[in-house]
Amino acid sequence: MPDTVRGILPEPVRLVLVQVLSPTSGAERVPTPDYRLSQLETLEAESIHVIREVAAELERPVLLFSGGKDSIVMLELARKAFAPARIPFPVMHVDTGLNFPDVLEFRDKRVAELGVQLIVASVPDAIAAGTVKEEPNGSRNRIQTPVLLDAVEEHGFTALFGGARRDEDKARAKERVFSFRDEFGQWDPKNQRPELWDLYNGRIHLGESIRVFPLSNWTELDIWQYVLREEIEIPALYLAQEREVVERQGMLYAVNEFIRPKDGEQVRRETVRYRTVGDANLTAAVLSEATTVEEVIAEIAVTRMTERGATRGDDKVSDAAMEDRKKEGYF
Amino acid sequence: MAVPLHSPEAEHAHDLALARKDILRIATAGSVDDGKSTLIGRLLYDSKAIYEDQYEAVERASKGDYVDLALLTDGLRAEREQGITIDVAYRYFSTPRRTFILADTPGHVQYTRNMVTGASTADLAIVLVDARKGMLEQSRRHTFLASLLRVPHLVVAVNKMDLVDWSEDVYEGIRDEFTAFATKLNIPDLTVVPVSALHGDNVVTRSDRSPWYQGSSLLHHLEHVHVASDRNLVDVRFPVQYVVRPQSDAFHDYRGYAGTVASGVLRPGDEVQVLPSGLTTTIAAIDGPRGPVAEAFAPMAVTVRLTDDLDVSRGDLICRPANAPHPAQDLDAMVSWMTEEPLRPRQRLTVKHTTRTVRAMVKDVQYRLDVNSLHRDLTAGELGLNDIGRVRLRTTQPLFVDDYARNRVTGRFILIDEATNATVGAGMLTPAG
Repeated sequence: MPDTVRGILPEPVRLVLVQVLSPTSGAERVPTPDYRLSQLETLEAESIHVIREVAAELERPVLLFSGGKDSIVMLELARKAFAPARIPFPVMHVDTGLNFPDVLEFRDKRVAELGVQLIVASVPDAIAAGTVKEEPNGSRNRIQTPVLLDAVEEHGFTALFGGARRDEDKARAKERVFSFRDEFGQWDPKNQRPELWDLYNGRIHLGESIRVFPLSNWTELDIWQYVLREEIEIPALYLAQEREVVERQGMLYAVNEFIRPKDGEQVRRETVRYRTVGDANLTAAVLSEATTVEEVIAEIAVTRMTERGATRGDDKVSDAAMEDRKKEGYF
Repeated sequence: MAVPLHSPEAEHAHDLALARKDILRIATAGSVDDGKSTLIGRLLYDSKAIYEDQYEAVERASKGDYVDLALLTDGLRAEREQGITIDVAYRYFSTPRRTFILADTPGHVQYTRNMVTGASTADLAIVLVDARKGMLEQSRRHTFLASLLRVPHLVVAVNKMDLVDWSEDVYEGIRDEFTAFATKLNIPDLTVVPVSALHGDNVVTRSDRSPWYQGSSLLHHLEHVHVASDRNLVDVRFPVQYVVRPQSDAFHDYRGYAGTVASGVLRPGDEVQVLPSGLTTTIAAIDGPRGPVAEAFAPMAVTVRLTDDLDVSRGDLICRPANAPHPAQDLDAMVSWMTEEPLRPRQRLTVKHTTRTVRAMVKDVQYRLDVNSLHRDLTAGELGLNDIGRVRLRTTQPLFVDDYARNRVTGRFILIDEATNATVGAGMLTPAG
């Protein structure tokens, strides 16, 4: 199994797509008779507009890059926004120390290809330094927030690009593209700045910041279609592979350095893939036969379980789990 | 269970997922009592945008005989506790023809600013009416706001038709009243659909309970409404957003002007004028996300290269020499005011218009509009939270503007409070006088 995969299609399918999506190569673009953009082109244009606006108006932006598919697409859009120049801001990874090794490898490779600066905000370092305490349930989801906020303060970042989408969660459905945060990084959902047209307000006082979500209007399916169309590399974890798994509360967890079978747990082999890539100790896989990006799209199109509900142990706490974490400064 | 990939269902889904579609942006206005959340829940559920686990959560939380689809759309804890919608929520669903972005906005007068926000980007607005109550004050307000923001298409969904026994007379009465009201406003396209959101009649498919209704279902209308003519393809307006200068060996002389096309069509070889300098030059090339393109139109995000080495920066505007917007320092606009502290003459504000940000002073509040009766109060003198009125501003530097009616991009601006940095107003430029 290669470390990374590309959304390459078998030849006959590819010919059809060329007609349908009319990707451009050189200036010989077939004129669009009705001057309409497809949904992917529209979303792409909107995201690029947002990214450029931040670079133009805010002093020190940084892009949160985890190596997950959403942040990969966001980074690709940032590349396109400034091409042929380099991305004019660094990327930052909040490293919980519980990463899938493939994802870390992918992160480093992508950052090197683009020639952007990578800043790593380390949760294990913060635990060692005593600035945060490990939670009893083993989740580092909450404690990554203070680590993130400390890094923001240390580097003086005024704008943070995040790959969150509004279709992911009920609280996110109400968040602005430019989401204002006070000097403690907190979100006040009841007092958000009105956001009209594409006129974004990035004005802040010292110590305040803006979280920017260029992928706000993308859905999971849009992300995958874009990965396919643009032949964007993604970590191999996203594709189905036979893995040793244990079942916990109805969810399948692949056995890895962070997940060891407990007493009484049966290890079995299943063909699974990951729909989201979070911490390796908490992210479950789903049964899947999809070994190409195209097959993933087919699967998602017929799947009837939301991404986070299906695979994230950390969102099961309560109906308002995400809202509460966001208020504290989580992404 | 793994999803079987080679079933006819999977292949069908796959084909649909990969089909080329366009996006329709919708704003909905109405109060909880009108069944707005139920209608949206119905659209999401019946178009299969709702996943199993979301539906199960709603099923568990529902009281009464029906699964309460309204619960699908309540976002924040305070909203669930108070049973109201506070803020704009965005929903996503798609059909084989289109993908839809729906801005779900609260209907009460104290949330006018949220409705204005939701309508600002919409191609189509849905105003919900309770068939038993007919056209209320708030229906007039929602309709007026859609017309103020120049939402090109309006749909009136006459809901709860089951509670008036699917009476054709009731439907026609409401339709005629709306048609008469819309004629007084700028509403180029009005469609009135009788529905029952609770039971799903005429939402996704035509219902046999309304044999007298010859129109299409709500979803069918959303899928087929013609929006291609809504855009301005005539006036070339390209606000420069960001200057791209790689300063690398490979692209030593590259200097590109990045931005989003506001209107018109740009092509390499076109003679263009740069404002405010007024200098003319020619487009050398246009770079899109995948390399050079032969033409650019709204809302494409591109980078324009010019043949001459001019001093062009963010906030400048590229247009055609024979069709330039007028530079204006006196702005006449309809303003929607969005904060507690009133808008008053002599107040200083920041104006953000396209990519240009300037300071401004309020010269005059010409009138305040009663959004329910459309009565103009010439004696108001100020605008309070959620008020709408006509205002004159004087800016420190010229802006390159068009009337909002002609150009929704170069005719709009936001107002920012200089002390708090909050967005406090939205403006739509109108002809002077």
